[in-house]
Amino acid sequence: MKEPTSRKRLAGLLFVTALLSAAVAIGITALLVNIFQRKVEAKNPFYRVVTLDENTVDPVKWGQNFPMQFDGYRRTVDQVRTRYGGSEAVPHTPSQADPRSVVAQSKLEEDPRLKVMWAGYAFAKDFREERGHAYMLLDQTFTERQKVAKQPGTCLHCHASMVVAYRKVGFEAINKMPYFEARKLVDHPVACIDCHDPSTMALRVTRPAFVEGMRNLKHDPNYDPNTMATRQEMRTYVCGQCHVEYYFKGPDKRLTYPWHNGLRGDQILEYYDTQTDHSDWTHAQTGAKVLKAQHPEFETYNQGIHARSGVACADCHMPYKREGGLKISDHHVRSPLLNINRACQGCHRWEEEELKARVETIQERTFQMRNVAMDALMALIDDIKTAAAGGAAPAGIEEARKFQRKAQFLLDFVEAENSTGFHAPQEAARLLTLSVDYSRRGEMALRTVPVPQTASR
Amino acid sequence: MRTRVVIVAIGILIGIAAGIGSYTFIYAKGYSYLTNDPAACANCHVMGDYYAAWMKGPHRSVAACNDCHTPHGIVGKYATKASNGFWHSFYFTSGRYPDHLEIKPRNRRIADGACLKCHAEITQAIGEVSCVRCHWDVGHMK
Repeated sequence: MKEPTSRKRLAGLLFVTALLSAAVAIGITALLVNIFQRKVEAKNPFYRVVTLDENTVDPVKWGQNFPMQFDGYRRTVDQVRTRYGGSEAVPHTPSQADPRSVVAQSKLEEDPRLKVMWAGYAFAKDFREERGHAYMLLDQTFTERQKVAKQPGTCLHCHASMVVAYRKVGFEAINKMPYFEARKLVDHPVACIDCHDPSTMALRVTRPAFVEGMRNLKHDPNYDPNTMATRQEMRTYVCGQCHVEYYFKGPDKRLTYPWHNGLRGDQILEYYDTQTDHSDWTHAQTGAKVLKAQHPEFETYNQGIHARSGVACADCHMPYKREGGLKISDHHVRSPLLNINRACQGCHRWEEEELKARVETIQERTFQMRNVAMDALMALIDDIKTAAAGGAAPAGIEEARKFQRKAQFLLDFVEAENSTGFHAPQEAARLLTLSVDYSRRGEMALRTVPVPQTASR
Repeated sequence: MRTRVVIVAIGILIGIAAGIGSYTFIYAKGYSYLTNDPAACANCHVMGDYYAAWMKGPHRSVAACNDCHTPHGIVGKYATKASNGFWHSFYFTSGRYPDHLEIKPRNRRIADGACLKCHAEITQAIGEVSCVRCHWDVGHMK
């Protein structure tokens, strides 16, 4: 017979061994299941859960067939700052008129010179950093600009999912409507259907103003991006439908992209100066007929090295990402600075910190030039006011006002563009130099010395 | 009698663990890692792009993965395979790795060493310069 202690020892050995081999078995089974999952991932399954057609506006339905893309799309609610852009969540007290509890930081408070540049225009009342796509319709509905000016239905062209509304009611008809009447026709911010054909998922453009703009740019009345553009061009055009400079033409408020002479800031200014008598408003401090530039990302990007190298908007703002064995476009559209590995390092073999530093160097320089141009404009506006109050010659004042219009449009063209120069650094510098020169010539006009009419090119 | 029961029980437990273990090893094509076949490195789909790019690259007919990514001595070769194999499996299993992979300094030194070894005749005069810093696409053509 064994001693009791020996029996105890054996029982203990059994227990410990059982525990250990159970742990090993659990570990190996977990690994086995993981390997199984990875193998399944590599098979790229697609399940058609719902049928999508030209009336399916709700992105939730599309998300049932494409859950990974939908997951990214929903993440555009995130508010993250970058050094010169991105949005910061700022608490807001909800009211009857504006139920938002969170908004983005006010750009007007960050730089009060903007209020002077836009004096007399709704932008001088409320202008905040843009938030992600998810907020486009909400923020447009509740901005204070709606309260100080009567906005047309035209605005919805780029702030709502318009495919069905344009098909049923019409582009021209919606342009003419008051904003809040047109607003009743739509429910969603930009959605799947705006960029994808529901039967093939192919990219497509659906905005009438973009197609017209491209026809004017290419001087080809039959140009159709949906049949004539390459796949890579389409990966830029879907974004270029809205991230552009525009104006509301005539009493019908027809949305128009001013690309008749080309896409560069000074070519667009030339179009406004010589081919239309358009001005967005009359400057409240100087009486100048002035223009507001609006987020010309497409135009600016087209002047830069990335466009020249055939890199599309989506390559950096919606880079490919791996979901298991699948490679999908990241539908969380955002600043590439928040996603450097996927957005930049596929091509640029440098560390993240180095790449970020390169971008921020460009932005810092652009921002400094923008500030110089802004100061020059402030001085001109001030001097026009003083000259007018002092009874200066009307001809000189009128000439100075024209220079103010040019100076502030080109400055705004860089200011309103959402890359702080990165999309085309030298082009941004060129436009800001032209702006400073226009402010300078405006000052000269007030001093009644002969003013050179053109800069040497 | 009791001792025999205990030994049988222990044997069963070890057998279960070994059985699941060897099934997993075969299911995961573990044996393939003992070969020199580049397809083995692409068992995990994360390496699929790199495998495809190698097949397009100029070295495809003269060098397989191991020729550039492991040192040439037998000890160094299997030590590197074991270390990289473990960490690659670890990150692939956990899913925590960036989409665009960046080679670690140690593995870059190994790749550079492989360049210098095969191309010794024309590289003897070159000192401490990383070959792949400029010739980054010799192994994998994007």
